[in-house]
Amino acid sequence: MSSMDPVLLSRILTEVTLFVHIIFASYGVGVPLMILLAEWRGVRTNDQHYVLLARRWARGFVISVAIGVVTGTSIGLQLSLLWPTFMRVAGRAIALPLFMETFAFFAEAIFLGMYLYTWERFKNKYTHLLLLIPVALGSSASAFFITTVNAFMNYPQGFTLQNGVFTNVQPFKAMFNPATPTKVAHVLASSYTVSAALLTCIAAYNILKGRKHVYYKKALKLTAISAFVFAVITAIIGDFSGKYLAQYQPAKLAAAEWHFETMRQAPFVFGGVLGENNEIKYGIKIPYALSILAGNSPNYEVIGLDRIPDDEEPPLYIHYLFDLKVSTGVLLVIIPLLYMLRKKLPGKKHYPKWLLVLLVALAPLAMTAYELGWIFSEVGRQPWILVGYMKVEEAATTSTNVGSMLVLFIILYLVLCISCIRVLSKLFRNRSAEEEMQERGMEGGDHI
Amino acid sequence: MSYADVGITILWTFLFGYIIVASIDFGAGFFSYYSVVTGHQNVIHNIVQRYLSPVWEVTNVFLVFFYVGLVGFFPDAAYYYGTALLVLGSVAIVLLAIRGAYYAFNTYGSSTKERSKVYMALYGATGLLIPAGLSTILAISEGGIIEEAGGRVLFDWREFFTNPYTWSVIILAIVSVLYISAMFLAYYAKKARDQGAFKILRGYALFWSGPTILASLFAFFQIYKQNPEHFMAMIDNSWMFVASLLFFLVAVYFMVKGENLGLGFIAVMLQFGFAWFGYGRSHLPYILYPYINIHESITNESTAIALIIVFAAGLLVVIPSIVLIMRLFLFNAKYVSGQSPKKG
Repeated sequence: MSSMDPVLLSRILTEVTLFVHIIFASYGVGVPLMILLAEWRGVRTNDQHYVLLARRWARGFVISVAIGVVTGTSIGLQLSLLWPTFMRVAGRAIALPLFMETFAFFAEAIFLGMYLYTWERFKNKYTHLLLLIPVALGSSASAFFITTVNAFMNYPQGFTLQNGVFTNVQPFKAMFNPATPTKVAHVLASSYTVSAALLTCIAAYNILKGRKHVYYKKALKLTAISAFVFAVITAIIGDFSGKYLAQYQPAKLAAAEWHFETMRQAPFVFGGVLGENNEIKYGIKIPYALSILAGNSPNYEVIGLDRIPDDEEPPLYIHYLFDLKVSTGVLLVIIPLLYMLRKKLPGKKHYPKWLLVLLVALAPLAMTAYELGWIFSEVGRQPWILVGYMKVEEAATTSTNVGSMLVLFIILYLVLCISCIRVLSKLFRNRSAEEEMQERGMEGGDHI
Repeated sequence: MSYADVGITILWTFLFGYIIVASIDFGAGFFSYYSVVTGHQNVIHNIVQRYLSPVWEVTNVFLVFFYVGLVGFFPDAAYYYGTALLVLGSVAIVLLAIRGAYYAFNTYGSSTKERSKVYMALYGATGLLIPAGLSTILAISEGGIIEEAGGRVLFDWREFFTNPYTWSVIILAIVSVLYISAMFLAYYAKKARDQGAFKILRGYALFWSGPTILASLFAFFQIYKQNPEHFMAMIDNSWMFVASLLFFLVAVYFMVKGENLGLGFIAVMLQFGFAWFGYGRSHLPYILYPYINIHESITNESTAIALIIVFAAGLLVVIPSIVLIMRLFLFNAKYVSGQSPKKG
């Protein structure tokens, strides 16, 4: 028991840390881009409403970045504290992207500090805007590098394993493995989607609360259209990821799809429950769809779980995660599309209440899809930590204190998240956009 | 120079950067709290905030750099330290997290009036606890606390707590933090032409200079008991420690006179630089005595080369950024004296 416990507890602690971290990390990647869009639009068209939008977003952004930074430090150090054997072996191959990530993070950190403290300090109105470019680039580059590490764990290459030591390591080959393109693209696009969805939610919430200033309508327009664009891109890349899985990680796809027998013209199963003897009940079967999804042809042969050794099979519950993620993904495209078509919808109001409620729901939906996607991806490569090379049990720490550390970190994250929500709500409640527009001498109260 | 030497030099330099930047930060937290308790609040608090606000994230980056580099160049370090330091490492993460998050919450998320004493106390306390905790790694690296037996890595808590060397580095870390921080902030206050703050901070700087030197000597002689091999190597490099002492005298001289404080702070950096590199050089070839030897546990050649290239390329980004931030905030008369608008 004591030898197995640290493994399970280490997994749980890593999951908890990552669960919290990716919320703030995804905003950290996407929100700078949205701020950049808003300020650029504001400066270019000389519309101060957009500049104010950028300013208010930036203020809230720093608060969330703080949690992103501290949970990021946590997961970084926990890699060695909880998975020392993994780091000892794989450290030789993944050190490079980890190192590059910290440089990207450095650029982001330093320019964010400058950006926040130099409003109205430069004569040229574009100078301040330029400071945001390294922030947006830095945060996306961090996501890029760290995701290559995860891609490597899914498709390890660029080394030979001899007596438990990596030899002949080619760090760049390890970094640019077959999993990298789809993973990185999917992570970036979905982070942008999550961030645009969050900001859409805030704008829609304000209008729902009865605030009529044109500022909110501009905010909603910018964010909802961005959310639509990013969500469509994410969905397209998601399709490529499916094709990647079929080719390189068939175990994950087969488990996700409850695809037990290798065959051509494979059907796609949506929903359902798994009975005894692995019969699928109540599921919707779409003929040929899985073959088309996996290989663009109804005759594509999709490898089933029959070809996967029993002890290398991922848990079958990932099917539910996959279906839920895909369904939420579809909603993320439809809801902003409804907003864009609002003038053609039946009814007289351009901002009907139900539409605003849906737009508010965009943020939790996007976050749910994001979390589900990551859990699906990570659990889907069980039992491996390095697919094909090292199993999770072999990598975990032997320390007996993981349990108490788990409790400690759960308390820490709870406190941090609750404080973050309190600080953010106070920050925006104490100083409404209308008040700030008046302070800054912008035309106030014109209702369009 | 071998890859191992290049690697450890890069890492040691990062750690030195962290010590300077973080000391200013941690000490500033403590002085801020102290000033609230003693009623000097408004005199030095503003100076501290104006310096810290734009750079708070940067400090963390230095630490992460070091950690990632260490694991990258010397993967065995991840194994031994990672297994043994689960508890200490986790506690350090928690303290860093609380400090980092609440700093941001308080600075960016609230108006000046709302600053609570509880928060300030937390900020001040973590400012001393974190360096104390992190410094114990130096004691651990001398050997005798982490043991490998039967294929398992164990941490000897009893040895850790009863070892006088552990306590000597803790004391040294705390007093050095206060000394470095006060020396820097006094210089910054003088630049801002804030006489009130300068007077108080100068007092702190001079007050902590004595204990700093005493604690250094105490730690020096504890090494003799802990790891005689290391001590002998330090004697071989004794000129570095003498240079350190001379720069200490220069720094204190400028502070007593109250002029050339920029040069004075450079002398502080050289003081710690010589001591730090002298200590580090004589510690080699071990990162953890006697388990991790840099020549044996160095990563493979291709990774080492790639890391060094990335490091050089990274510096091309990092150094101009640091220069830019210094010109915008540290050496910008308008910003330093508080005339420039503060935050968005």
